[in-house]
Amino acid sequence: MDLQAIAFYLLSAVMLVAALAVVSARNPVHSVLFLIAAFFSAAGLFVLLGAEFLAMLLVIVYVGAVAVLFLFVVMMLDVDFAALKEGFARYLPIGGLVAGALAIEMGFVAVTVANTGAGSKNATPQASLAGVTNAETIGRVLYTDYVYYFQAAGLVLLVAMIGAIVLTMKHRANIRRQVIADQVARSPATGVRVVAIKSGEGIVR
Amino acid sequence: MSGVGLGHYLAVAAVLFTIGVFGIFVNRKNVIVILMSIELILLAVNINLVAFSAFLHEITGQIFAMIVLTVAAAEAAVGLAILVTFFRNRGDIAVDDASMMKG
Repeated sequence: MDLQAIAFYLLSAVMLVAALAVVSARNPVHSVLFLIAAFFSAAGLFVLLGAEFLAMLLVIVYVGAVAVLFLFVVMMLDVDFAALKEGFARYLPIGGLVAGALAIEMGFVAVTVANTGAGSKNATPQASLAGVTNAETIGRVLYTDYVYYFQAAGLVLLVAMIGAIVLTMKHRANIRRQVIADQVARSPATGVRVVAIKSGEGIVR
Repeated sequence: MSGVGLGHYLAVAAVLFTIGVFGIFVNRKNVIVILMSIELILLAVNINLVAFSAFLHEITGQIFAMIVLTVAAAEAAVGLAILVTFFRNRGDIAVDDASMMKG
């Protein structure tokens, strides 16, 4: 067994165990942390396949943004998570049954595809063009053949951002906000009051 | 040549996908864990796409994986925003009561 195989089995095992821990942990904070572990291991698998760019994207986008977002929300919401955990044992048999059937089916498909499908011709993974880095390979295709998909992805993110802001924005009544127009419209006549002060008395409002 | 082939990656992705589906089944009440399970499922899809991309020597799979990554991030953001709004209105995140959101 060479080094690559050892790395593959190690990363896969860590990822699957972490994924199981995500769905079965009692505390959602632990779930999020295991999710981060799963994403890190998946990034390692991507590196093994030669897709370094996507691996780094996974670490930055998922671990850096999505997982931290989950962590924020889990810690912000004051929820009795023990109550949400009930029903776990009740749904365990049916869930296990469906999951087992799915796993067996997809296992058969995976073996068939790997042995007789188009991928069986190539024994070695190669995620980049010859003599070109992975990032450059992706860039060459992404900004030419798939430029519209790239734009569409940007649009999806824009809509999601606006949607998230609109959904979570809350207008409170008793908050004094900055009104730029009022500030700009202020002139010396409205902003300054000249008061004649008699000596020894001070200002009485 | 190492012994790790396309089938190994597909099998790992299949098991990961299954764990995600299992998570949705057993955590019926906890929306946060359901969202995390969906992330796991999308990660399994990404592993499949990248594995095929590498073993078919065809870059397109990685582009698709990037698109899936984008959609997953957007979905997580909007889902969590809905969750926060729901929690503000109800003081609870039990999915059983979510049907009251029907217009």
